[in-house]
Amino acid sequence: MVQGFLLKYAEIGIKGKNRYKFENALCEQVRIKLSKIDGSYNVVRSQGRIYAEATGDFDCDEVIEELITVPGISAISPVKVVADKSWESVKKATGDFIEKQYGNPDFSFKVKSKRSDKGYIYTSPEICTEMGAYLLSRFKGLKVDVQNPEVYIWVEIRDMVYIYSKVYKGAGGMPLGTAGKAMLLLSGGIDSPVAGYMISKRGVSLDAVYFHAPPYTSERAKEKVVTLARQVSRYAGKIRLFTVNFTDIQMYIYEKCPHEELTIIMRRYMMRIAEALAANNKCIGLVTGESIGQVASQTMQSLAVTNEVCHMPVYRPLIAFDKQDIVNIAEKIGTFETSIQPYEDCCTIFVAKHPVTKPRADVIRNSEKKIEEKIEEMVKTAINTATITEADWQPHGI
Amino acid sequence: MEAYLDNAATTPVLPEVCDIMVKVMKEDYGNPSSKHTMGLAAEKYITNAAEDIAAIIKCQPKEIIFTSGGTEANNLALTGAAMACKRRGKHIITTKIEHPSVHGPLARLEEYGFEVTYLPVDKNGIVDENALASAIREDTILVSIMYVNNETGSVQDIQKLCGIVKKKDNRILFHVDAIQAYGKYKIIPKKLGIDMLSASGHKIHAPKGSGFLYIKDKTRITPVLSGGGQQRGMRPGTENVPAIAGLGLASKVIYGMEGHTEKLYDLKEQFIKRLKKIDGVIINGTDGILLQDTAPHITSASFEGVKSEVLLHALAAKGVFVSSGSACSSNHPGVSGTLKAMGIKDPLLDSTLRFSFSVFTTEEQINYAADVLEKELPVLRRFTRK
Repeated sequence: MVQGFLLKYAEIGIKGKNRYKFENALCEQVRIKLSKIDGSYNVVRSQGRIYAEATGDFDCDEVIEELITVPGISAISPVKVVADKSWESVKKATGDFIEKQYGNPDFSFKVKSKRSDKGYIYTSPEICTEMGAYLLSRFKGLKVDVQNPEVYIWVEIRDMVYIYSKVYKGAGGMPLGTAGKAMLLLSGGIDSPVAGYMISKRGVSLDAVYFHAPPYTSERAKEKVVTLARQVSRYAGKIRLFTVNFTDIQMYIYEKCPHEELTIIMRRYMMRIAEALAANNKCIGLVTGESIGQVASQTMQSLAVTNEVCHMPVYRPLIAFDKQDIVNIAEKIGTFETSIQPYEDCCTIFVAKHPVTKPRADVIRNSEKKIEEKIEEMVKTAINTATITEADWQPHGI
Repeated sequence: MEAYLDNAATTPVLPEVCDIMVKVMKEDYGNPSSKHTMGLAAEKYITNAAEDIAAIIKCQPKEIIFTSGGTEANNLALTGAAMACKRRGKHIITTKIEHPSVHGPLARLEEYGFEVTYLPVDKNGIVDENALASAIREDTILVSIMYVNNETGSVQDIQKLCGIVKKKDNRILFHVDAIQAYGKYKIIPKKLGIDMLSASGHKIHAPKGSGFLYIKDKTRITPVLSGGGQQRGMRPGTENVPAIAGLGLASKVIYGMEGHTEKLYDLKEQFIKRLKKIDGVIINGTDGILLQDTAPHITSASFEGVKSEVLLHALAAKGVFVSSGSACSSNHPGVSGTLKAMGIKDPLLDSTLRFSFSVFTTEEQINYAADVLEKELPVLRRFTRK
């Protein structure tokens, strides 16, 4: 008898001839994830699902906790696999499995069965009936309910016999490495980490960029962003975080341009720099945490003016989300507590008391003429002096 | 050049203190409660440390209880005294400018039905004697007043304040948080008339995780921890022998230095002179009083038109390390209670830095810090929120 985990995926199933690419990518992501925890695992594709055989000193709860963070998996079930297909052995193994999973079971159930081994002594309906009868006689607390059971017990007769019952919901979406790479604009706030998490669920790998403005933002603020990147990398895989020193640019804009336009012009330069870094690093899109109307710089007018400077597509997974919905996700993925640590980031520190909320592109372009003299050189310097930090989440890390 | 001017937050450990600690950890690592010779060897370090400290503050060694630091000493003193005296009364007096490790346990005692009076201070952070006298009630059991304020360096006349209390009711216990005073002043609890005194090791070049509470002989205090009966049950738990040995030695070395307090005053005077030459700088807590009536090692200054955190980071980038408010409360924003209690106006509250020196601070360092301030302030003032 062996123990393992059966992983189901949703959308990959419809990918036609490319399906194997998606499946292989998912296997690889599962291997990477499981390599970080105790136990040895053999991850294989098997008949439209992935099966991870577990040996050694593994902890079932920990495995599930990790696997529900892997994009592309729709459901996870701990499974028992029995090589001896004799009915006596299958019955006993199923009973033992139920005892181990539920202790003293006390619920209504229904047995479900599949049979790819067509030569087996029982048909699928027969397996259900026979197994149901056996379990009822073995556990006093069980009762059958074929309409609306509290628990399903699966018995699948294939090359070997697979028995499982509990089903944990996975992250869903597509496996990492199947979409492409994007550059996430990561601030210390609540939204951008959530945006990174959301897009990674569609199989998008990430690099990230953070704009640092010492001494107006502190080293601790930067550490906080590194922590956030690490937390997002739990879902998005390893993230390379580019830290751009933005102080000179910010000061230059501050001195030359109208103050109420500072934020919008700043954001245009952030986008330009992010796009340049993205292009240099094989990213084919930008990702932001923007949401319509949340702040002055995220009105539709402001977004249009910011968007204007980009040539790459800008993905905004939170564009129609309410703040509270974003907070809920942030709490779920564990970034909220980090995000609310009170360190100023460079967007907030110089913000005007009454920033423009409906900027016009022609006006902003005109204002930017005032910084023509030095800005290109400064942008170049900012890009060339960006530092890279690798963020890779570890179990029991922060 | 580097100038570490954050010695009120913590200090570097003396080399000889490191040596003795390493020796304890590597060679004399026995448990002081063990009956064999190795246990005895470890116990010797504790006895020696208690004797060294007793000689400095002129008390008996058995009046010294070693703790994990100042916070634990304050907690033990306040909670322990309140629990021991609660049948006689439930009123406690303290000030508005105490450290969170005093305000914290008192707030908890309030939840348990104790009543706490918080005394105001004047613009220099000095407690109002009349307010103290009139706050004392029939059911007052405990007064806790800090010696030196950690944020501004204001100093209380403990002997006088204690006299006021004891004259009214001799049974009222008087606790002094001397964490910023120990190592700077000659402190003799008996002379001051006080019953309890807290001190911390890492403010005087001993390691973090060391400190002590002086409890006058025959004072009844209920222990906070219970366990194996170490330190006569007042603070059970295997003693942190290396830290205690380090604290004892550091105390001896610091108090053995000739004229180190005077040296600190010299530095402070020079530094303030330099600060006063810079535009828009206000020195806090020195208005109309002698420099010698403020703490020798702490200077609090407000800088008009600059956020303290921004200035702090700008200084750090040039190797000058200071605190905004007090380091202990800088983790959570919200303005300093001490500065507010001293009546410092709103825009300046968030523009205040603390510079704190040690015996190892040099003239070059404070001049360098002043140079950097002179250079950075005009730059930062150009860029403020409009």
